Amino acid sequence: MVIFSVYVVNKAGGLIYQYDNYVPRAEAEKTFSYPLDLVLKHHDEKVIVSFGQRDGIRGIKFIVLADPRQSGIDALLRKIYEIYSDFALKNPFYSLEMPIRCELFDQNLKGALEIAEKAGNFGAGS
Amino acid sequence: MTVHNLYIFDRNGSCLYYSEWNRRKQAGISKDEEFKLMFGMLFSIRSFVSKMSPLDMKDGFLSFQTSKYRLHYYETPSGLKFVMNTDLSVPNARETLQHIYSNLYVEYIVKNPLCVPAHSLDSELFSSRLDAFIRALPYFSPRAA
Repeated sequence: MVIFSVYVVNKAGGLIYQYDNYVPRAEAEKTFSYPLDLVLKHHDEKVIVSFGQRDGIRGIKFIVLADPRQSGIDALLRKIYEIYSDFALKNPFYSLEMPIRCELFDQNLKGALEIAEKAGNFGAGS
Repeated sequence: MTVHNLYIFDRNGSCLYYSEWNRRKQAGISKDEEFKLMFGMLFSIRSFVSKMSPLDMKDGFLSFQTSKYRLHYYETPSGLKFVMNTDLSVPNARETLQHIYSNLYVEYIVKNPLCVPAHSLDSELFSSRLDAFIRALPYFSPRAA
C-alpha cells in the first residue's frame, strides 16, 4: 500500500509496463436523509513521484509512485532497472521498446516491491 | 548550502520578479524564454501530479530534485506562484516561501498603493528586504556548495 505503482516508459514515450499496488477505496452506496450524518476527515497523505532515467542512451524511464515517507526509492529504482535488464532484455522473446510481458519480470518486480516496503517504511499509514 | 535563484509568477504566467544569488550556469536562452519555459513546466507538472495521484491530494506539487539542485514551489490561493531553486541540502523550503509571501510580498507590494502587481515588481524596498531575508537564511552561504 505504500508503494502505489510502477510504470516503465520507452524512448518514444509509450507505456510498456504498468503495475498498480494499491486497493482503491471500496465504493459504497447509501441513501441519506437530510441532515447528513457524515463528518469530513482531513486527508494527510501526500504522494511523491520518483523518476529514474537509467541508461540515458537508450532513453527508458522508470517511474515509481510512493508514499513520501517511504525511503530507499533510489535503490528501488536501481533494482527495477536490474530486474528489467535480467528478465526483459536477456529474454530472447522480448523485443526492445515493446510492452513487457515476461512473467519472471512481474514476479521479481513484486518481490522487490515487497522487500522495499518492508525495509524502508517509517511510520506510514495504510 | 545555498539558494540559487527565485522566481515569482502571477496567475497568468507573467514573471513578476526574478533574482539570482548563486547561479553558476545560464540557461542558454533569453530570460523571457526561460520564464515561459519555467511556467509551462510548472503548469504541466502540476497537472501531471494531480492526474497521477492515487489518493486525494492536499497540497499538490511541492518540489522536485535532480542530482544537482532542488526546485521548491509554493502557490497562494490567488494564483501567485513562488519558485525557488536551492541545492540538495535544503529539504523543505515551503515555510520560507510562505514567509516571503506573507511577510514580504503582502507587506511591501500588496499594501503599496503605487505597486500594480500586473507588471514586474518595481519596489526597491521589496527587493532589498527580500535580498536581506534570503541572505539571512540558515541554509544560505555565498560560496555555493
